[in-house]
Amino acid sequence: MTGLLFLIPVALLLGGLGLAAFFWALRDGQFDDPDGAAARILIEEDEAA
Amino acid sequence: MTPSLNPGATPALQDVRPLETTVLAVPGMHCAGCMNKVERGLAALPGVAEARVNLSLRMVTVSHDPQLRGKGLVDALADLGFEAQPRREEIVRPASAVRPLLAPLAVAGFGSMNVMLLAVSVWSGADGSTRSLFHWISALIAIPAIAYAGQPFFRSAWRAVRRGTTNMDVPISLGVLIATGLSLYETIMGGRHAWFDGALMLLTFLLAGRALDAMMRDRARQGVDAMLSQAAQGAMVVGGQGELQWCDADQLLPGAVMRVAAGERLAADGEIITGNSRFDQSLLTGESAPVLAGRGDPVLAGTLNLDAPVDVRVSHAGRDTTLAEIARLMEASMQNRSRYVRIADRAASYYAPAVHALAAMAVIGWLIAGAGIYQALVIGVAVLIITCPCALGLAVPVAQVVASGSLMRAGIMVKDGSALERMAGIDRALLDKTGTLTLGRPVPDPVIMALLPDHAAGVALALASHSRHPLSRALAMALTAAGHRVAVIHDVEERAGEGVFARADGRSVALRRPDDANGMAMLLDIAGEPAWLIPCADRLRPDAVEALDQLAGMGISCSILSGDNVGAVSDVARATGLTAQASARPADKQDAIHRLQGAGHNVLMVGDGLNDGPALAAANASLAPGSASEVGLQAADMVFVQDSLLALPRAIRVARATLRIVRQNFVLAIGYNVLAVPLAMAGMVTPLVAALAMSGSSLIVIGNSLRLARIGK
Repeated sequence: MTGLLFLIPVALLLGGLGLAAFFWALRDGQFDDPDGAAARILIEEDEAA
Repeated sequence: MTPSLNPGATPALQDVRPLETTVLAVPGMHCAGCMNKVERGLAALPGVAEARVNLSLRMVTVSHDPQLRGKGLVDALADLGFEAQPRREEIVRPASAVRPLLAPLAVAGFGSMNVMLLAVSVWSGADGSTRSLFHWISALIAIPAIAYAGQPFFRSAWRAVRRGTTNMDVPISLGVLIATGLSLYETIMGGRHAWFDGALMLLTFLLAGRALDAMMRDRARQGVDAMLSQAAQGAMVVGGQGELQWCDADQLLPGAVMRVAAGERLAADGEIITGNSRFDQSLLTGESAPVLAGRGDPVLAGTLNLDAPVDVRVSHAGRDTTLAEIARLMEASMQNRSRYVRIADRAASYYAPAVHALAAMAVIGWLIAGAGIYQALVIGVAVLIITCPCALGLAVPVAQVVASGSLMRAGIMVKDGSALERMAGIDRALLDKTGTLTLGRPVPDPVIMALLPDHAAGVALALASHSRHPLSRALAMALTAAGHRVAVIHDVEERAGEGVFARADGRSVALRRPDDANGMAMLLDIAGEPAWLIPCADRLRPDAVEALDQLAGMGISCSILSGDNVGAVSDVARATGLTAQASARPADKQDAIHRLQGAGHNVLMVGDGLNDGPALAAANASLAPGSASEVGLQAADMVFVQDSLLALPRAIRVARATLRIVRQNFVLAIGYNVLAVPLAMAGMVTPLVAALAMSGSSLIVIGNSLRLARIGK
């Protein structure tokens, strides 16, 4: 039983962290341009930028 | 921080003038290379601080010096090989429909997973203080989560109730709220059953369905928006001292003089003051033959200047043009269509009263049978929870999402959620001629094209590629498609209204207007060889006849409804074997549709032009090709992008299949209720049974809907 006292808060904390990370990503605009993000990785960065 | 204190800063940061932000639509971008080219190319311009492409929206956001005008950016992009248009105010998209659903979906998902874990422990026999502790933790997670994630449903239900109607969200909201309230009461009293898991799971399923639905419609709308932003939106205005300045369409004033190059569309109505040329008015009238206009003749906004540059004095601009008039005629019809009640809401109007009556009967029945008030209420609530239309709420959106997804892969974009439902009931189709049955653009005569020897074709392609005239472009496209290569030519000169002249292998060559132009044609002149006359005509879409056969096989009779003259229409009528009405004005087209509707038909209108706009809006369902005018794209329910007319039978076939699947889904969902409601009324439903029944029925409905992915192929 005492295990539950630790495990439940830990489980909630981890789940909550995931939720918070998702909200952060949403606010940060990471869902604004999914196609662009996929393509951008192919662009070579050079020093001239 | 002032610039003088920061000598190491980049020029962009030193600039004290505030930067301006311009958003341009660049429909031609589709890969990483395009993105890179556009971003680097724009950033290299003097005065541009930053350019950032959004590939999903096909837009680029540029922050630049206010002195740099939108036209300069458009020209820079044209040099890079991309057509661009400044985004206009009217078509700034309403914010995505998905975004507001993502956060509630995440919260509901988080809540239901955690609460479900706790619920599983309770079901497996947790008892006494442990059960009470788990119920309290569930309540602490579930109540804020439900209050947040349920808002889309609560709001919509409240709006419906206030108007005295009902929709699917009313039974959903009632079910969720009552389940939460009862669970809280049970938790406080230390009771056995809490339903938090069921309520949250219901919200998660429904939100997922809606988010999918919204995602699909967002995508379709983006595609259409990209096409919309290609319409003509301004003109070169000649100032008092002869200076040229680009002016947006909404800032043109009567009296201004615009210079319209060959191949440009007019941005306002007016009168020609210098030059003469031929104008393609098919957008306004449906008439395919170009109209000759010279000094003193009136010309209309939206028409395409074919031959030579002209100066036009603006007489009506913006909201006063003939173009805007037709748009107003259309708006009235649009409002009629919004009265259509979607099948899910029709179902809800029977379902909600039935469910609520059953719950009331259960309470009264148990009271009469001698149960206590508390026990009777718990059973009534169980009936409400078990009938909460989880599967019913998914029945329509999931089927439509799968269907529109498979249509989109086939190049047909579904703009409106109810379009598939309306399309399924069609039994009569009216088709416009120019641009719908035909391609709506001149195509060089394929017989002559096949006869052209290789070297002549190479010279013709080289000449045509030096001109932006519509006929040259058509020729260049046809020759490229036939696999011809450009010949080497030099001393190229384009003379407006005459043609392109050059030298090749020491001989003079020309692609020019024939001396006696009878219809649309080009003359290919190579010195020392006989000249080639290349006639151009608007041709039937590929597969038009097969598509019409398929429609007939589906029990849909078609006819042509065109604004073009009798001669041109009868040619197409003969080729397709359809009956036709010619010389129909926009209002005539609308009347024809109203007459058919009055006779009990469900009418599909397929058209592209501005003159079809009112008819597209008045019909029960409407379809437009991707090459359609802005008005056509906006008024149509669906837009198909490929050249083949087979999109038409395909759209109807998928729409009918969708309606069939939706009906099956309703039967499945209601069948589940027929089994579950007697259990609930007998007081035998526990939270475990509710959770199993709910997810089971939802999965069955989703599985059934997925079958549509194959039918769409």
